[in-house]
Amino acid sequence: MKKTHILILVLIAAAVGYMIMTMGSLSTYESIASAKQKQGKFVHVIAKLDKSQPIEYDAIKNPNYLSFVAVDSLGNSAKVIYHSPKPPELENTERVVLKGKMEGEVFECKDILLKCPSKYKDDPRNVQKSLNKNTQQ
Amino acid sequence: MQYIGERLLPGQLGHLFVIISLVASLVAAIAYFKAVQSDLPADKESWKRLARIAFSLDIVSVFAIFFLLVFLIRSHYFEYFYVYKNSSTELEPKYILSCLWSASEGSFLLWTLWHAVLGGVLMFKGKEWEAPVMTVISFAQVCLATMLLGIYFFGKKVGASPFVLFRQQMPELPLFASADYVTKIKNGNGLNPLLQNYWMVIHPPVLFLGFASTIVPFAYGIAGLWTKKFGEVMKAALPWALFSAGILGLGIMMGAAWAYESLTFGGYWAWDPVENASLVPWLVLVCGIHTLLAYRSTGHSLRATHLFFILQFILILYSTFLTRSGILGDTSVHSFADLGMNLQLLLFVLVFLIPALILFAGRYKQIPSIVKEESISSREFWLFVGSLVLFLSALYITFFTSLPVFNNVADKKKALGEDQEYTYNRVMVLVTVILGLLTAITQYLKYKNTSREFLLKKIGVPTVISLIISVLISIFGGIHYDKYGVGYLAAIHVAIFAAIYSVVANAMYIWIGMKGDIKKAGASVAHFGFGLVLVGILISSSKKEVISFNTSGIAVPFGQDSKEDPKENLTLIRGQEMNMLNYKVNYRKDTFFTGDPKHYFEINFQDKEKGEEFNLYPNAFINYKGNSGLMANPDSKHYWNKDIFTYITSLPDPEKNKDTANYHDKTVKIGEKVFFASGYMTVDKVSSEYERARINTKAADSVVALKISVIGKDSSNHLAQPLLVYTKGNAVSIPDTVLAQDLSVRLNAITPEGISIGVKESDSLLQYVTLKAYVFPMINVLWIGIIVMVIGFLMSMWRRFKGV
Repeated sequence: MKKTHILILVLIAAAVGYMIMTMGSLSTYESIASAKQKQGKFVHVIAKLDKSQPIEYDAIKNPNYLSFVAVDSLGNSAKVIYHSPKPPELENTERVVLKGKMEGEVFECKDILLKCPSKYKDDPRNVQKSLNKNTQQ
Repeated sequence: MQYIGERLLPGQLGHLFVIISLVASLVAAIAYFKAVQSDLPADKESWKRLARIAFSLDIVSVFAIFFLLVFLIRSHYFEYFYVYKNSSTELEPKYILSCLWSASEGSFLLWTLWHAVLGGVLMFKGKEWEAPVMTVISFAQVCLATMLLGIYFFGKKVGASPFVLFRQQMPELPLFASADYVTKIKNGNGLNPLLQNYWMVIHPPVLFLGFASTIVPFAYGIAGLWTKKFGEVMKAALPWALFSAGILGLGIMMGAAWAYESLTFGGYWAWDPVENASLVPWLVLVCGIHTLLAYRSTGHSLRATHLFFILQFILILYSTFLTRSGILGDTSVHSFADLGMNLQLLLFVLVFLIPALILFAGRYKQIPSIVKEESISSREFWLFVGSLVLFLSALYITFFTSLPVFNNVADKKKALGEDQEYTYNRVMVLVTVILGLLTAITQYLKYKNTSREFLLKKIGVPTVISLIISVLISIFGGIHYDKYGVGYLAAIHVAIFAAIYSVVANAMYIWIGMKGDIKKAGASVAHFGFGLVLVGILISSSKKEVISFNTSGIAVPFGQDSKEDPKENLTLIRGQEMNMLNYKVNYRKDTFFTGDPKHYFEINFQDKEKGEEFNLYPNAFINYKGNSGLMANPDSKHYWNKDIFTYITSLPDPEKNKDTANYHDKTVKIGEKVFFASGYMTVDKVSSEYERARINTKAADSVVALKISVIGKDSSNHLAQPLLVYTKGNAVSIPDTVLAQDLSVRLNAITPEGISIGVKESDSLLQYVTLKAYVFPMINVLWIGIIVMVIGFLMSMWRRFKGV
């Protein structure tokens, strides 16, 4: 066997081994109920903001504390705490991807990804909204 | 219904040219194919002539589509959906082009436009390889033309046309019940504010030139397999591959510069799938260039070169699929929305992937290769090893970027772990070590064989110098990035040595190896730049430091915070000085009252030790054009060795903190005193001249400006200059604000009775901003490195073009 072949095999084996090792540290998408089962494990939860509950954020008191209630498609809800400023479009998002861990009944959120309706400009409802503005002038 | 006032001609022409480009490129592809397959030289020539005519027609129609779309956007024809969706009347002219490529249709158009340009060059410069290479490019043009088609074919949507009318796109909207709807649409939805940045004018065309040019090495690779003149063809591909790598690299890093300047994740690279998708093909292309160089001099690695050149283009197509299919929806911050063209996008990948792989597999045995092994002291051996490492790192990135695809196919629910960046960085730091060392040493090796004495003599001095520099950095550089433990920190220090080694060894090689012959030094220059990039990345990332820790007394600990929580945001109340590391910061003023949708905040920084003072102006769009909420743009102070970088993360809720005061209108004469709560003002002058920062009225037809002296009770004297700007018959009033007096003045009109002004005394609400600030050391080394690297690529390209 050629040196290069051996080298290729070794490198590929190392790479594959490493990937398999890393797969264990991958996170998963969970519902709120299943996240509660996996206490302390870093998970992704797709949910909605529960608009009937207040969003707690006061930048003067503490700019690094946000809390709100999230509800998922199965109807379960959980309090979410996020130690960063409130994402500006939080109230208007249709969906949020929450990345963090469940600690007891509270979801300690590390990162929030917003899926805003404004990002999907082709939705007729949004186009109508923007039209209302642009036809009144 | 008969609609009134629609300007249909440009759109119809646009549709027509899309169809012409489709047919013309199809004819060109077939004719070029025939030109390759024909045996008789006379047949070859006549097919080639036909193909050239057809491809020229494609070039003309693609340019026509481009200029028609520019025309529509410039003329604000809002009956066209693309124009409505992506532009508005008040945009500065330089952003017209940004509108053009801000959505998917426009970026496909840009792509096909560059293909047309490159194809045009290849028709003249392709020589004997013109026909096979152009077959591939013409075929790609067919595929791209279908992306712009926007017709339904057996109930399936094929492509999306930028010329579709608003009422065709959304016939259900009540607006289209009126025949004169065109006159009712006064303005467009506008360009996403994040894209209103000069980088967005130049980054997309450069990136897409890079994207488009990757087809050339691919096409040469296919041509080699097809005509069985493997090596000969590949040698001609080298300058093209160098061009492509240079431009694609530049385009990617321009995107990084844009992200750094206008996005607020606090950096230039986040391993976001969209970024990875463009980086991976570049890595594979660079692999191909290196194995091709090995082949040129020794005959080794030709098979690998063919494979790399095929894969890099397939990966470009795959990245198109990833970013436009909406499959990344939950993982990327900035992927395009689902266009409803997933099948078409997938076919676009497969239609190149499958034939290319079949051809490669079929011809694999016939590709010449050398049975004798490379010597371990030869340059070609290490070129191959470097390419292999680079390729494996590309596979690693692709694998983790593709998780959403695997989830989709296998119905799994995997996602990247807690620290997305670390997933990539822990591997890339090792790759950096290997690549740094290889780029430093390999040029000092000779092809075929290198004697130990020769190597040691040449490389001794650079090695010692690099060791000294990197040890000094490690000791005095203050790199203590221990978030991921000692092992990772050690890897960073080793990587810094490797990167410095690469910089020093390549710089010195220009004299040691090339005797200062700068014309031949393209590779050394590119590697020198690459080394600088690595140094810049390593130091700026490992020493990046948040300085806006919440130290203010107003943070009331609620008990919910544990010690580990990142209190990385600081709230500043207007006029109140705060401490931020070694700075005193003060939110002094803002431009809330100017009426400009983009609000600037003046944040004053004062160095506590040196007394040095500067202002930063981070800005934000608030509730702009239906995009509710805040869209922040950072600002930074650049020093040669670091950047101070800050951006707004939160503002008072505009609903709660609404400025309830109204303008009170008065008609006054010049010189007349107008009193307000804490002073009076007089209008001194009416003219067309004014001096106001950040107000641009170049596009206006005329401007009326007032000069108003505002005298406060404290006998302070201020100048206010409200404006009335006329553009195309519309008058827009731009008020001016005297912050010291909480006063805003606007100009309503000039009437025969006098000057109608409005005066507003703001309720002095508590005004504050929450911001985050970083120090980025040595970030400039990264940017300089990129520029040097691209220059190196282009130098090599130039020399190889002349050599061909």
